[in-house]
Amino acid sequence: MRRSIAALAVTLILGGFIASAHAASTEADYKAAYAAAEAANAEANKLRNQWTTAVSALAAAKKAAEEGDFDKATAEAKKSEELSKAAIFQTNEQKENWKLLEIR
Amino acid sequence: MASTIRVRATASGDSTEVQALIQHPMDSGFVKDAKGQLIPPHFIQQVVVEHDGKPVFIADWGPAVSKDPYLKFAFKGGKKGDDLKVSWTDNKGASDTLTAKIQ
Amino acid sequence: MTMRKLSGVVLAGLTMAVTLLAVPVVAIAADTPNPPADLKAFQKYFKDKFPKVKFEDFVNGPYSMDEGLYKQWKEKEEFPPYEFALDLGKELMAKPFKNGKTLADCFPNKGIGVRQDYPYFDTKQGKVITLELAVNQCLESNGEQPYSYVKDEMAAVTAYMAYTSRGKVFDVKIPDDPRALAAYENGKRYFYTRRGQLNFSCATCHVQSPGERIRAEVLAPALGILNAMPIYRSEWSGMGTTSRRFTTCNSQVRGVPLKPQDEEYRDLEYYLSYVSNGLPISGPGARP
Repeated sequence: MRRSIAALAVTLILGGFIASAHAASTEADYKAAYAAAEAANAEANKLRNQWTTAVSALAAAKKAAEEGDFDKATAEAKKSEELSKAAIFQTNEQKENWKLLEIR
Repeated sequence: MASTIRVRATASGDSTEVQALIQHPMDSGFVKDAKGQLIPPHFIQQVVVEHDGKPVFIADWGPAVSKDPYLKFAFKGGKKGDDLKVSWTDNKGASDTLTAKIQ
Repeated sequence: MTMRKLSGVVLAGLTMAVTLLAVPVVAIAADTPNPPADLKAFQKYFKDKFPKVKFEDFVNGPYSMDEGLYKQWKEKEEFPPYEFALDLGKELMAKPFKNGKTLADCFPNKGIGVRQDYPYFDTKQGKVITLELAVNQCLESNGEQPYSYVKDEMAAVTAYMAYTSRGKVFDVKIPDDPRALAAYENGKRYFYTRRGQLNFSCATCHVQSPGERIRAEVLAPALGILNAMPIYRSEWSGMGTTSRRFTTCNSQVRGVPLKPQDEEYRDLEYYLSYVSNGLPISGPGARP
């Protein structure tokens, strides 16, 4: 039961931040999204809990931007940011909750 | 340089059980390295085990056999103290051989 | 309300919900660290969970959890795949450096029968020294190139050292030094902390689900899990060290691995070895 609380919270965060319908993304949109994603990734990395999928989404964003597909690039960058934010949430939540799994 | 072949042969009654461990990369030729390049095929093509100068076991191997292959079989004959010779040849023309005593 | 204000309210509501969820349902009391009590509870947990497994057999990991696997493993042990690593390890221990010394010279008793004395807390260096770290510290202090921590030479040398210690039991001490206790607690915390996108902790598999399967693999119990290291793992088609296992486990749960022998990993090894006190070294091992 308790172990699903973290999972539920993570799902909420991911669900809450995904953007709804919008116009096509520009290079400026991509650059802003990428910067935000980079910052979130760096924070997660500093906390020693960066997610591999956040890293690959960031790389995919860069690659798509190089190919001129700014819709995909922006979407991947936003995904990377969301994943990193979830990683940060996980780290903070686990600061106390690791004890829930401890053998006592 | 240490042999790539390790053998343990045990005679029991009228047959001998043979175990062998061979050190070999057994690259199939289908696997890519970290840079994305295909690792060329490099595998044992034939293993021959001889007792008393006669082959008692011949295996034709290929890329489907995994790295550092382990082999186990039994043959009729052989007694304690006899010589058992294990040899292999691979697709690059390399080979190795080891003679061990049956225990 | 405008669209902006509405989304602002939604956001605030979400944040509040998330904050509420972040508060643990059960208030967990702050504990005074008590390693001996941890050890007792840890070993009791596994003994109770697997009453038919002999205490010393916990070091065999998945093989003590599954009869079919056990039979295959016993047969494989007649001619184990780590034999090549043993030969190489013995060679490397005796091979002279450029300055004439050898790897064996760095260890008590020339490195024979000492594996179970690692890891230990070094009060001079102020940190946990694992066997792998000790090997590379020896190489570097003698002007030699350190080994990669995950396989090849490091695996061969630690395999040989483990082999000479077979049967000797872990007796890890936590010296009366707040830094040692902190390292132990850090390792314990790491073990139980969920990480990676898959949200697993080490305990998720090795405390909650030993003997069960994750895909096709049977999970090993955490008790005695380091006693067989390093291992020849069929999945790797080769040898791997404790460092290899820790880093690959991180990436398997989609967490970016730390660097081999980073503080968290050494503290983790310290914790896991301590709670396995009394169990014999069985390494090197073979695993699926």
